[in-house]
Amino acid sequence: MVTAGLGTMDRPGAEQVEVREAALREAWSAWPGVASGRHVPPPIKADVRSLSFWYGKVQAVKNVSIPIADRRVTALIGPSGCGKTTLLRCFNRMHDLYRNTRYEGQIVLHPSGTDIIDRGVNPIEMRMRIGMVFQKPNPFPKSIFENVAFGLRMKGFRGRSEIADRVEAAIRAAALWDEVSDRLRKPAYDLSGGQQQRLCIARALATEPEMVLFDEPTSALDPVATARIEELVQSLKERVTVLIVTHNMQQAGRVSDFTAFMYLGEMVEFDRTEKVFQNPGKQLTEQYISGRFG
Amino acid sequence: MTSIERVIRFRRYQDIGFQVLGASLTVIALLVLGALVLDLAKTGLGRLSWSFLASFPSRKAEQAGIASAIVGSFYVMVVTAFTAIPLGVAAGVYLEEYSRRNWFTAVIEINIANLAGVPSIVYGLMALSLFVYTFGLGESILAGGLTLALLILPIVIVATREALRSIPQHIREAAYAMGATRWQVVRYHLLPYSTGGIATGVIIALSRAIGETAPLITIGALTFIAFLPPTPFSPRPEEDGGGLYGPFEWLDSGFTVLPIQMFNWVSRPGDAFLANAAAAGIVLIVATLGLNALAIVVRNRMRRRIRW
Amino acid sequence: MVQPRDAAQAAKPVERSVPRADAAASMRFRRAVVDRAMQGVLGLAAASSIAVTLGIVYILISESVPFFRAVGLKTFLTDTMWTPQFAVPRYGIVPLLMGTLVTTMVALAVALPAGSIIAIWLSEFAPARLRETVKPVLELLAAVPTVVYGYFALLFVTPLLQRLWPDLPTFNMLGAGLVMGIMIIPYVSSLSEDAMRAVPMLLREGSFAVGGNKIVTATRVVFPAALSGIAAAYVLGISRAVGETMIVAVAAGQQPLILDPARPLDAMNPGQPGATITAFIVSVSLGDVQHGEIGYQAIFAAGLTLFVATLGFNVAGYLLRKRFRQAY
Repeated sequence: MVTAGLGTMDRPGAEQVEVREAALREAWSAWPGVASGRHVPPPIKADVRSLSFWYGKVQAVKNVSIPIADRRVTALIGPSGCGKTTLLRCFNRMHDLYRNTRYEGQIVLHPSGTDIIDRGVNPIEMRMRIGMVFQKPNPFPKSIFENVAFGLRMKGFRGRSEIADRVEAAIRAAALWDEVSDRLRKPAYDLSGGQQQRLCIARALATEPEMVLFDEPTSALDPVATARIEELVQSLKERVTVLIVTHNMQQAGRVSDFTAFMYLGEMVEFDRTEKVFQNPGKQLTEQYISGRFG
Repeated sequence: MTSIERVIRFRRYQDIGFQVLGASLTVIALLVLGALVLDLAKTGLGRLSWSFLASFPSRKAEQAGIASAIVGSFYVMVVTAFTAIPLGVAAGVYLEEYSRRNWFTAVIEINIANLAGVPSIVYGLMALSLFVYTFGLGESILAGGLTLALLILPIVIVATREALRSIPQHIREAAYAMGATRWQVVRYHLLPYSTGGIATGVIIALSRAIGETAPLITIGALTFIAFLPPTPFSPRPEEDGGGLYGPFEWLDSGFTVLPIQMFNWVSRPGDAFLANAAAAGIVLIVATLGLNALAIVVRNRMRRRIRW
Repeated sequence: MVQPRDAAQAAKPVERSVPRADAAASMRFRRAVVDRAMQGVLGLAAASSIAVTLGIVYILISESVPFFRAVGLKTFLTDTMWTPQFAVPRYGIVPLLMGTLVTTMVALAVALPAGSIIAIWLSEFAPARLRETVKPVLELLAAVPTVVYGYFALLFVTPLLQRLWPDLPTFNMLGAGLVMGIMIIPYVSSLSEDAMRAVPMLLREGSFAVGGNKIVTATRVVFPAALSGIAAAYVLGISRAVGETMIVAVAAGQQPLILDPARPLDAMNPGQPGATITAFIVSVSLGDVQHGEIGYQAIFAAGLTLFVATLGFNVAGYLLRKRFRQAY
């Protein structure tokens, strides 16, 4: 993957790194269980602090705090309507597209220290830094190539060969290159559902985001396509931080390093995935994991 | 036979009766359309010839033609399209993608619904006072084209809004999630994906404009025009100063259009002029029905091309 | 929706200054400016539709004020003669209104029943494929230029009617009204059909489950459920009929009705020539009327009457349509 690009613009100086590491240690200190013992805590990519979110008068996310570990996969699970997708969509300010919505709290993106939901932060900038993959594959009705190139053009890339290189790199990263390399100019809608979803992943990866959000990315796909996407999500963590919403608990178990269980807008439990699934700390989590509700 | 059986039988006959009624009314309505076309053809087809298309109107019915009317209709449509399409599409985009639901948009919506139903002749009255006298445009192609542009503006706006509304929200979200501004979402996604729907609406609107008579009569479009508007960059006659015509001088020219020419011939006594009217009617109906057919083709092709 | 703030502010939380950040920030600034500018341009375009209405209202009123000063509103509304071309001109709108009323009634007598029956048939009886073919063809009826319909009314329908009724004059409101009705059928049928098809299948199943047949289900269940949409179709059909110009101008004659106070119902006979408001405006426009004289102002007074008459129908149609859209 080509590494030059606008993604490097936030590289901090040495002095700031020190300050930030202190902040990271402090952030993890709120989660002694997760970071203790033999598990060396990874740096935190995004820190959700006391986040609340309202649709009009309805509070969908209630005072949630979660650390999102850098270049790891964090899963949000919980029954439908528990606010996991709402929480996910706070990360790229998708709620700003609709009226009557309100955030409270912070989502601090490290290492730049930007508070994503701060009113003074441009949502468009956040969306360029944080990619998203949706529930239903939603490629644009354009060619395969143009789907991936769009974000690059948004970010201001102009050179034809540079765009072509980056498009290829992104499609390769989404494990789609071998299937589409000979028909990049064909409409994206000719692809199968699973291929379309991998194309959407390539689209999100092309601009080298710091983080990628997945909103139940396999719920519209068959089991074979689902397996490929899961494999892909796991491989992505080498380069990018992943936050994934799923209502499929096996999936959360298979792909994620950390899991947050939400219920009725509240975060019930957050821990390493194997801990949540093998030895949950809360009764509610245990009931949900064992399929007694939801 | 039991009473239940009788009821069931009665109900079945009732249904069959309505099938016959509904189908025959539909057929009758379509037969009227057929009769109209055949009647025009019977009277006018004999008159339709190259010389009819290429001649100016004349006091002698046999020598008269529709050259100036065809050219006039064309030029007026150019003005109408260049005004109504950008304005209508822009307004439609604003209302569908930008505006908040508040009293102001509610007013604009009622207003557009009303404008779509205002009788065309009322547009003509407004244009007579505003374009012809206040702006001093006179009975020109520009005044005529602007009049029809205002008339079809609501159709273009409504078509644009419907085309945009048919684009699923998840496409917008995907584009916004890439970090596009609202204008970029409109420019690079919504407009390209709704071109088919908008084009369909625009074609229908233009087919309506090409057949409009009353507002152009009102602004004083002439019925007897034995000249063509100056073609851009064509040589200007010596007695008029010589040189070449400018690119936009045709806008100031007097004009007539096909439906006015037809109206003029219908109102004259004598079968010969009626034949001319029918022949002009054939040209007019070929143009409008042709445009409508084109709209259907465009819509069907677009439907096939884009699946969400 | 939260507006993207200006980019200088947006870029603030980003770390000071690797050089590339400047280029990115200036690009973001440009994008934000373009975004804002386009919002303004598009908003202006949307507001222009209001300007058109205001322009229409302002012009109709301002041009007809001198007319009402000269004639008087009361005379305009109550005088039973419209004879602007006479030595002693009279300006009572009633004969023109009557002409409009008669042609409209004839047209609606065709369009409302036929349009409704066709709509029910298309929505509830016709197979989907047939419906998808018939509907656009039927809509061509509304696409035929009205001057062609005028020709058809004058030279095809009226001669046909004269075979049944030899006394019928060449110019008459009956033929014009009938043809106008045909033209309006698709306005009524398409919108009604949309409204009926929007009625949930569940309601129909309820009726079929108790042994209702198709026509009973259609008229007792579907039709009432779609009523506000159908009413909108009717109202818009009426508005079309009131404002239609060329058919009546060509085929109904352009002389105003002569009202006989002793036999008021005679005016309602469609088998005579009569001018509508619209036909009057056309006949004046064809003549040689000078800007500023009373004949010129009279057409604006007539136009104002027409505008007011259709405004009510148009707004009612819009509200009814909105209601049925909300219902389902």
